[in-house]
Amino acid sequence: MSRPDTVYTIYIASTPARVFEALTTAEYAKQYFFGFAVECELKVGGAFVVRAPDGSVHIDGKVLACDPPHKLSVTWNVNWPGLVEKLGETIVTYDIAQMGDAVRLTMTESHERELPDDILSGGRAGWPAILSSLKSVLETGKPLSVKMEPPMKMIAALKAMGVKVP
Amino acid sequence: MSKPEFVYVTYIKTTPEKLWEALTDRKMSKLYWFGAHLESDWKPGSPWKIVHSDGRIMDSGEILECEKPKRIVIKWLNEWSEEIKAEGYSQCTMEIEQVDGAVKLTVMHAIGREGTKFIGAVSGGWPRILSNLKSLLETGSVALESKPA
Repeated sequence: MSRPDTVYTIYIASTPARVFEALTTAEYAKQYFFGFAVECELKVGGAFVVRAPDGSVHIDGKVLACDPPHKLSVTWNVNWPGLVEKLGETIVTYDIAQMGDAVRLTMTESHERELPDDILSGGRAGWPAILSSLKSVLETGKPLSVKMEPPMKMIAALKAMGVKVP
Repeated sequence: MSKPEFVYVTYIKTTPEKLWEALTDRKMSKLYWFGAHLESDWKPGSPWKIVHSDGRIMDSGEILECEKPKRIVIKWLNEWSEEIKAEGYSQCTMEIEQVDGAVKLTVMHAIGREGTKFIGAVSGGWPRILSNLKSLLETGSVALESKPA
């Protein structure tokens, strides 16, 4: 149903189990995801929640596919009033594979509807920073310190569509 | 059909100068490029090539722009596959930018034709090379010693 709009692949000196754990647990996510915490029930239909540093729910999703430590697919709907109605569902899938002595992690962000590049620009800017920092956490024990500018193009495009951006 | 452009961004805990050295130094390139190495004097108009560990030329071209430690533009021809070579020259732009406590590296690789196999090939290749480069600069060793099948 959905088209892969953004794909990011990164190779990590780790194991599939550690990469899967880093993607699905709050303690890891807080380090590499700008202080955001991931909570994931590891079963199809389970809750997938991303909490902002203040504890509020930022992403309120569901698990679509779960095959630890190789695959996780979730609905990735940002909890802004009107967003899902205007954009349709956003789906994020992680594929994790052992490749020789490293792990290949591929993140695919896809959308139910065809969306303009301005809307997609937020994810395209964020994923490389998040997943680069995840790699640093797993390989060096420390995240990167990267302050991201807010995705202004995406925010302007969402506001123009009538989404209530906080 | 592949899009005629590939863009990859990675953030590395290093300095622009160290990243520049890794991107242009023959010995360092060998470490993260699966034994192949880069050869150029990195001046605009100078020849540029990637040489396989067995001595064969994998890619060749010319430096179009070079602004240390910020930006490199390379006119790039794949020499490895006859089919891909027949697609002609591509252009690769690398940009280095300090962002807070890390360095942002952006690699853009474009070719002026639709339905290209070249962009498909570099879309597989750049994530491996640049993941290795990041590991090398942050940990002293690469993530992938040999090219995965």
